[in-house]
Amino acid sequence: MGKQSPGMKLLVLTGAVVGALLIGALLLLMAGANPLVAYKAMLLGPFSSRYGITETLVKTTPLILVALGIVIAFRSGTLNIGAEGQMMIGALAGSAFALAFPSLPGIILLPATLLVSFAAGALWGGIPGWLKAYLNVNEILSTIMLNAIAAQFVTYMLRGPLIDPKEVSYGTGFPQTAQIAKAAWLPRLLPRTRLHWGIILALVLAGLVYIFLWRTSLGYKMRTVGAQKEASRYGGVRVERMMVLAMLLSGGFAGLAGMVEVLGIHHRLMDGISGGYGFSGIVVALFGQLHPLGVIPAAILFGALMLGADMMQRAVSVPAAIVFTIQGLVVLFVVGSDIFIRRPGFAARIFKRFKTPPRPVPDEGGAQ
Amino acid sequence: MIDLLTSIFVITLRAGTSLTYATVGEIYTERSGILNLGLEGMMLMGAVTSFATSYYTHNLALSLLAAILVGAILAATHAFLTVTMRANQVVSGLSITLFGSGLASFLGERLGPASNNYNLVGMTGSRFSPIVIPGLSQIPVLGAMFEQDILTYALYLLVPLAWFYLYKTRNGLNLRAVGESPQTADAMGIDVVKTRYLYTILGGMLVSLGGAHLSLAYAPGWAENITGGRGWIVIALVIFAMWDPARAPLGAILFGGINAIQFRLQAGGTDIPASYLNMAPYLATILVLIATTWWENLSHRVGAPAALGLAYMREEK
Repeated sequence: MGKQSPGMKLLVLTGAVVGALLIGALLLLMAGANPLVAYKAMLLGPFSSRYGITETLVKTTPLILVALGIVIAFRSGTLNIGAEGQMMIGALAGSAFALAFPSLPGIILLPATLLVSFAAGALWGGIPGWLKAYLNVNEILSTIMLNAIAAQFVTYMLRGPLIDPKEVSYGTGFPQTAQIAKAAWLPRLLPRTRLHWGIILALVLAGLVYIFLWRTSLGYKMRTVGAQKEASRYGGVRVERMMVLAMLLSGGFAGLAGMVEVLGIHHRLMDGISGGYGFSGIVVALFGQLHPLGVIPAAILFGALMLGADMMQRAVSVPAAIVFTIQGLVVLFVVGSDIFIRRPGFAARIFKRFKTPPRPVPDEGGAQ
Repeated sequence: MIDLLTSIFVITLRAGTSLTYATVGEIYTERSGILNLGLEGMMLMGAVTSFATSYYTHNLALSLLAAILVGAILAATHAFLTVTMRANQVVSGLSITLFGSGLASFLGERLGPASNNYNLVGMTGSRFSPIVIPGLSQIPVLGAMFEQDILTYALYLLVPLAWFYLYKTRNGLNLRAVGESPQTADAMGIDVVKTRYLYTILGGMLVSLGGAHLSLAYAPGWAENITGGRGWIVIALVIFAMWDPARAPLGAILFGGINAIQFRLQAGGTDIPASYLNMAPYLATILVLIATTWWENLSHRVGAPAALGLAYMREEK
């Protein structure tokens, strides 16, 4: 990682994104939309107004929080694909707590709610962590299954025990909780925008995670487990405990991300609160080179991309699915081009192959 | 009672068919050392393309061909990224799923007739119907095996064949060698890159056929997320089968059975909330994973190909 100059890295990344957008343009044409109009809205929209910039940061907030958890897990050698479920469980537990104690003063209610969501997310992440550490159960699969289970559980709670009593009395039955007491809300940073204090919290936590992973002995131990599991065991690290701890923290950050969404924006829990942040957060963590501070620019980039996709959808009215498809294309292209960053000689070798004059082939009537 | 069991078993096999195709396919892919986590996206793409083809042409052979082709293209993409570009297999697979599921639901909203606002949901095309074999289908319970569609009957041949090819032929031996130790295989003169491409693509075709069975036979038609996480369950079933095609039907029957019981309970009316019933397959997957790893520890058998998930670099210095 990082053998190339930053300029080259940027070039490769830009090339990958352009490649993905070119294929995406075909899909847009198929949907009867003008790709130029669509991409103009997508690429310029997020940066061209107060609304665009603040909304980008609104989307950046959960992305940073989720990605921080992913970084901790990946650095410790566990692949956490379960942020989506951990977010939902965190938001569910936090919302239930805040709804149960509405009369607490904000100074206690807000931090306590966030702590509850962290703990619940940590529990949901800790299960696959424990299963991997002690029973050798593949964590990719168990976290994906727990995502599905969490989704079903939240749906059940939102339609049953936690449903807003008003929804029942009005007979609308929309699956969402009652509004959380105002004292627990994360205050807005700028008036007349949705930008809230969550972004500050996320930035501070990014710094703390960096200090934790690189400046404390516990963080060092966790990274050695990720880098060289058996060697670190030999060195006296309790590998299993570190794996569980990594997944606990990872799930905790995702749970926190879910609750910050609730307290900062919606002020109540509803279906789809995770909004795909759980999966995008993984991509953000990888884009950020699995570094807590690298995650910040990556999250801003992806926040802008997500918002831009929304704006594009509105500008040319295409199905939402096209947005996910183009996101998938971007990731595929970036994944595919990664080798140019990791191995500087790779591009040169391919070019060399093209430059060597092909062996003379006897002409057979124009056949190749 | 026997009738009830038989009818549950009929649904079990029907539900297990797509799982079996995909499990056998992924076993072949993983045996070459390539982990493909793109199954969910590939099954969805197989389902939507085959259904769209069946809707417009009413030609089932062509529909299957469309699924096979799409599966091959997506699998070839995964092979290109992981074998040639040496990308991380997990990340590549996940992005195939992201891309495939997005594209599938886009196509589902786009390929339909203008009269239905270009949506495929709610349309009907040709489908594979069960063919009852007289006589054999009268056997209690096991008769269920003979009230199936052609794709299920094809499995009765495909599974033994897949087992035979893997364990009793030269090509199968080469495939296993590439998955266990690409260095050794290379030294033996086996083309590692070609083998990995070949079986990743072959596996992708079978996975996509599994998706096609969903939209052409099991639940004819197109619905958003028609796979319902089957692509992920299959990856667990490969572990459950310990990478042996002959065991693929066991896991498929187990999960098909859960589907069938769920189906019966929901149809018959029950006090259990639907959410809890819907959790069952995912909970069962976790339990199956625990049981399998426990069994592996107990029997000191490791089924996973040793080089699974690792990129092979020939002249790495």
